[in-house]
Amino acid sequence: MKYFRNLILIETNESSIQKGSKEIFQALKKELMNKDLTDEINVLETGSLGLFGEGVCAVVYPDNIVYCNLTLDDIPELIEEHFVKGRVLTRLVMKKTVRNDIPLGYEKRIVLKNSGVINPENINDYLGVQGYEAWEHALLKKKPEEIVEIVKASGLRGRGGAGFPCGLKWSFTSSIESENKHVVINADEGEPGTFKDRLIMEGDPHKLLEGTMITSYAVGAHTAYIYIRGEYKLCIERLQKAIKQAYDYGLLGKNIFDTGYNLDVYLRIGAGAYVCGEETALIESMEGNRGNPRNKPPYPGQAGFQQYPTVVNNVETVTNIPSIILKGADWYKNIGTPESPGTKVFTILGDVDVPGLCEVEMGTTLRTIINRYGGGMKQGSRFKAALVGGAAGIFIPDEMLDVKMDFYSLAEYKAILGSGAILVMDNSVNIADMLESIIRFFRHESCGKCMPCSNGNEMLYRSIKAIKRGEADESELDKMVIIAETMHKTSFCALGQSLLLVVKSAIENFKDDFLTYLRNRKAVNN
Amino acid sequence: MYKDICQKYTPTKDNLIYILHDIQDSHPQNYVSEEAVEEVADYLKIPVNHIYGVLTFYTMYSTKPRGKYVIRLCESPPCYLRGSTNILKKLKELLKIKAGETTTNGLFTLELCACLGLCGNAPVMMINNDFYGDLNDDKVENIINKLQETEV
Repeated sequence: MKYFRNLILIETNESSIQKGSKEIFQALKKELMNKDLTDEINVLETGSLGLFGEGVCAVVYPDNIVYCNLTLDDIPELIEEHFVKGRVLTRLVMKKTVRNDIPLGYEKRIVLKNSGVINPENINDYLGVQGYEAWEHALLKKKPEEIVEIVKASGLRGRGGAGFPCGLKWSFTSSIESENKHVVINADEGEPGTFKDRLIMEGDPHKLLEGTMITSYAVGAHTAYIYIRGEYKLCIERLQKAIKQAYDYGLLGKNIFDTGYNLDVYLRIGAGAYVCGEETALIESMEGNRGNPRNKPPYPGQAGFQQYPTVVNNVETVTNIPSIILKGADWYKNIGTPESPGTKVFTILGDVDVPGLCEVEMGTTLRTIINRYGGGMKQGSRFKAALVGGAAGIFIPDEMLDVKMDFYSLAEYKAILGSGAILVMDNSVNIADMLESIIRFFRHESCGKCMPCSNGNEMLYRSIKAIKRGEADESELDKMVIIAETMHKTSFCALGQSLLLVVKSAIENFKDDFLTYLRNRKAVNN
Repeated sequence: MYKDICQKYTPTKDNLIYILHDIQDSHPQNYVSEEAVEEVADYLKIPVNHIYGVLTFYTMYSTKPRGKYVIRLCESPPCYLRGSTNILKKLKELLKIKAGETTTNGLFTLELCACLGLCGNAPVMMINNDFYGDLNDDKVENIINKLQETEV
């Protein structure tokens, strides 16, 4: 084992690669070589630090200093100052005081604990932070039923959007006798404004893999699939590496830890369809079909992939599992709120000062998330609305900013937690424009299987177009709500059902924005 | 010619998505041809119309020839909020085509797509397998010019 005086971690994910993190990584290595420091200082790639708009970022351990907006020209100076002379290069230290202690301590990180701390491409790094201990413990010390009970007791609820209790879902499948069972991890993240699963997979693929393994063991499955959307190339690459390493270390395959338990994990790649996030549509896609949702019941837990009992879980949900197994259900239950234990990863974007992601306890208020983790509104702009929960979410106005972000509190406002996306808009934004963009999205992604959704979206789109052209009157708004209500009641799957929230909240809370269009037109006509 | 690709996979229907991905990636014009569909149908013993159903369902596939560089601009709400409409205008202007069309020299195809999951860098586009984020007019012009130069 080699010991280094300092460790430099460069954030590399699809976002930072945009800003040249790969080139900077190489330049750092080269510069360390030039200065003959390679035996003393190690430089590694790591997952997201949760910051965007700060350029390429790097953390230096053990000093725990975050440098940001790094460019190739800065590298020689950085090495000379920090690592040769031992002085902090203040010019490049992150200025944003709200987040200057990232990645330690500020957030409550369970799922993203290792992101920005370890090298995601090296299994030894993961093993060094208690990686795969939960897997070993589960397999050697616990019966599958016991695992299901622990997860049930922890109160963990699905993080994909619906919030179904995870342990309960497992218990449906674990109790079925079947020659074959499957576990499918839903990594087909497509909800606009959501990229938490991408950052989990890019930052700590082994943790997802460990969660997948424990899930499989608990429900009695011997094959697990991770279904990733085709666009997430870096996730695919890192997970492929992680799976291979896990096989090499005997954590996957035949007769794991001499227990006689066999498990294989495969990657499945999607081809671009939002509806495939719906679990039965996802299964259809895995079978080589169009991603049209299936009739329920039977639920996938009874008859899913190839008609075998299949547990479908979201990436964030299963990434919680290793910590729950290691630390126990009681520990987990004490985080968050009694009805929604644990943490939630939120992505904050739009007109905030520091767009990015954060993992916080359930029940944190929306105001805190925006102000503390998003750095507040952009300079000179005022808050108007936040679209919470993705495109199928709800527009939250100023008055509701103190809503607690958990399943239960949001339900009181008839809102949903959804995927955890928070899109913040300032007062220059017209909500009617946003709603048009949202409806256009749904109109494109409706799979065409059922009439209410395919026709309803088209009708909504024509209505909003007519309003924007000023070719309608106020009654068109009521008509839109009625259409959305009908879709909610009659659509085949959640895609068509979920428009009601977004349409209704936009029209009820921001009616003036729609009326502006209607008035403008009238003024022109007169 | 598509036989080699097919034979990398066992002939079961659940491999259809991957075979189609591979075929499309191997074609210089980034699409799945009629001929390829016939061969895949033959290999997997499934109807041709099933394959067309799948091909037209998923946005990543195309049944008509596309440019060497397929540009997919995200038009979902987060990118829309950050000005993707202006980026679209700029791309149309630069390439002199509309969304869904291919330039006459066969170099670029312009497409619109749903959320690419890179919203922290909105507005975002993908060109083939690469992401380009934090777009503005100048950046878009640079990217297109650079690609054009490499072709001369």
